Amino acid sequence: MDLFVIQILNSLYYASTLFLIACGLTLIYGVMRIVNLAHGSLYALGAYVTAGVVLALDTIHPAVVFLLLPAGAFAAAAGGALLEPSILRPLYQRAEEYQLLATFGLLLILEDVMRFLWGALPLSPSTPADLLGSSTILASTYPNYNFLVIAVGFVAAAGTWAFVYRTRFGVLVRATSQDMRMASALGVDVKRVYVQAFTLGCFLAGLGGAITVPISGAAMGMGVDALILAFVVVVIGGLGSLEGAFVGAIIVGVIRTLGINFFPEVELAILYLIAAVILLVRPVGLFGRP
Amino acid sequence: MSVMGPSANPVFTARRFGWVILLAIVLVVLPWVLPPYQTILLSYGLIFAIAALGFNLLLGYTGLLSFGHSAYFGVGAYTVAFLVKYLHTSSMELFLIGGIVASAAISVLFGVICVRYTRIFFAILTLALSQVLWSLALKFYWVSGGTDGLRVPTPSLLGGLVGATKDKVAFLSHTYYFVILVAFAACVGVMWVIVNSPFGKALQAIRDNETRAAFVGIQVRRFRGLAFLISGLFTGLAGTLWAPLNGLVTPDIVYWPFSGRIVFLTVLGGFRTFTGPIIGALVFNYLETYAIAATTYWQFVLGAILVVLVMAMPAGIVGTVGRLGLRLRRAT
Amino acid sequence: MTLLATSKLTKYFGDTHAVDRVDFSVREGEVLALIGSNGAGKTTLVNLISGLLPPDSGTIAFRGADVTALPVHERIQAGIARSFQIVNLFDQLSTLDNIALPIFSRKGKIRRLSSLAERDSTVRDEAQEILQEFGLHHKVSVPAGDLAQGERKLLDVAVAYGLRPSLLFLDEPTSGVSTREKAPIMDIITCVVRAGRITAVVIEHDMDVVFKYADRIVVMHQGSILAEGTPEQIWRNEQVTTTLLGTRPSA
Repeated sequence: MDLFVIQILNSLYYASTLFLIACGLTLIYGVMRIVNLAHGSLYALGAYVTAGVVLALDTIHPAVVFLLLPAGAFAAAAGGALLEPSILRPLYQRAEEYQLLATFGLLLILEDVMRFLWGALPLSPSTPADLLGSSTILASTYPNYNFLVIAVGFVAAAGTWAFVYRTRFGVLVRATSQDMRMASALGVDVKRVYVQAFTLGCFLAGLGGAITVPISGAAMGMGVDALILAFVVVVIGGLGSLEGAFVGAIIVGVIRTLGINFFPEVELAILYLIAAVILLVRPVGLFGRP
Repeated sequence: MSVMGPSANPVFTARRFGWVILLAIVLVVLPWVLPPYQTILLSYGLIFAIAALGFNLLLGYTGLLSFGHSAYFGVGAYTVAFLVKYLHTSSMELFLIGGIVASAAISVLFGVICVRYTRIFFAILTLALSQVLWSLALKFYWVSGGTDGLRVPTPSLLGGLVGATKDKVAFLSHTYYFVILVAFAACVGVMWVIVNSPFGKALQAIRDNETRAAFVGIQVRRFRGLAFLISGLFTGLAGTLWAPLNGLVTPDIVYWPFSGRIVFLTVLGGFRTFTGPIIGALVFNYLETYAIAATTYWQFVLGAILVVLVMAMPAGIVGTVGRLGLRLRRAT
Repeated sequence: MTLLATSKLTKYFGDTHAVDRVDFSVREGEVLALIGSNGAGKTTLVNLISGLLPPDSGTIAFRGADVTALPVHERIQAGIARSFQIVNLFDQLSTLDNIALPIFSRKGKIRRLSSLAERDSTVRDEAQEILQEFGLHHKVSVPAGDLAQGERKLLDVAVAYGLRPSLLFLDEPTSGVSTREKAPIMDIITCVVRAGRITAVVIEHDMDVVFKYADRIVVMHQGSILAEGTPEQIWRNEQVTTTLLGTRPSA
């Protein structure tokens, strides 16, 4: 029984991480119709920045460590705010394929930037996780930090939803994503909406990396791995849909957890196959609009 | 060399033919002129040129960007590795047959699935499918060797007449180089005919205007599927040739950044011309080797080059040089 | 002889009846003008018949055979072709290649990958002939994207003509060109069409063009056929002239 509960918690933990990355990816696509292949690298950047900061300052005071956690999210957001106007904006008028190429180039650049700044060896800033200890669930122990990650995921989901559906900025975002030309004609500063949406998306990705780095650490190539999984989530849920990212993350989280436990060899293959099947049967995803 | 796009007439002048002959002579003579290391390096370049030629049939001529071509390269290479592992053979002929058949099978399977879509969905679907193969290669380690990979010894040609010699380097830099060179020449010739055939024109029509292509009687999906098959075959053949040269086959060649590399070197050379991908593959080959030697941050260099290419020079090396050449000719 | 006949052909876009239970027929050998205000359903009707859109209900019969469910390439094989209002060409291919493609397609040679397209002299010669007829022979190697607008409109029709269809739909072949270019373009088109004994349906807004070149006129309004008849009959039809609001042509 407690194994079952642990599995659920693991699924939620995993879904939380995935949601943070996928939400950013889908938001950016929904608003700007851009597929950012470097999105996973921003997740990795978030992880590395937080890891670096925590490792450098973790002896100061426990509370400070937790305050430092979101550092990676802000770093990723800053990165996004710089990248959108400089590299992405010139490409909007051109064929979609050029975005894929340019963002792939960005991915390569960011991978080496991170290697330059933090070295090739993995970082393990486990202090925040250690500080929170673990709880006993029935007969097993479970790290308390995971609850924090799950909570952050849900808060981010609720926050993003509220942001998009309950704020004035959200209205502009939705208008621009539905009909960019009309929004522009009605006086919306589309350029600003774009850079703000992109920054928010990068913030979420960075947050995903930052919040999970005490458990998973930061290592080379994590961005590349994360990107593909984020794609699977977004394909299942629907490109451009927040609800889709949420549901997709949960589905992938569950499958991944079950897979790791019961059929580890094909667990990854099954995920990619599901993505392929969805693309065949309902390419807009569960919640996407054609 | 055309500058306006692959559609311009392939002027088969005596002058052009002369250049080709000269190039052929140079390539044939090289193993006796260059040190073995350089010949082997060039072999890698020629292999990737074959892969890029195949890839560009889809991108430059049909207008489809695949981010999953590592799948076909990997299938070609792993087929060789499996033939060695399970059939204990080292016959180059068997390798080639096996590699071609396997690549064709996977290309047909994936192609039927993928050509129902275009643009972003096509790209993501090709990516997802190649990842399925990668995860299988990674996880089924008792079959594929996992991250350790599978070893591939030097092959024997003509049923053992030209045997796997003791001096591996000499074999690779002479005999095997000629195998690759012949394959390269054959691939260039075949692809050149294909892109200049009515079928090739039809593909370009589909690229330029899918709707109108349908309205001149072209069955768009079927043609895309056939282009996909040929493309996968060429890239799979490249993988098959690569395995004995590299000696080791690992899941890295099925991982999606490897697909990105194929895309990169095609875009580098220019996907709007016939020779662009060949030049791109060769330039990338040397660029990567010397970049890796020069700095550990060669990925940064490559990434920066790609971004610059996309922003400023979408015509790639060959296209841009061609345009400059055209301007020069007009000015004089 | 009736070449084409639709029966209660219908297409909705949401709540709008773009084409509402239309019985439209074309007689062999005629040049028929399809007119009506914007939104009348003319282009949608042509899209349905040519196969670009599937109908919601109704049937299309060509030479007596039901073609309603046929895919585009089979309708083309049967003999139906069309040109486009917004020019649809293969912009990166040369003018010659643009014409060669429908010819290769028609001759069943389009799937060949083992022979060079340029070496096929039968196809090349025919393509040159067609370009000559359309007055585009001096632009043989120019990429279609580089042609002037009037030339592109002609090429668009020529590409459809290269299929040597029995029934050719021309969607506003003179729209988007200056007034003084319209007549020459229309002259070329009608000359070619009549010489090839092709049945043509022309969607047109320019009433001068319509009344000069059409054998018969069909008037559409809000998805239905309002009237049909000879130019004189339509001219005298009060309902038509009122609905189309002062489109009495000059002289």
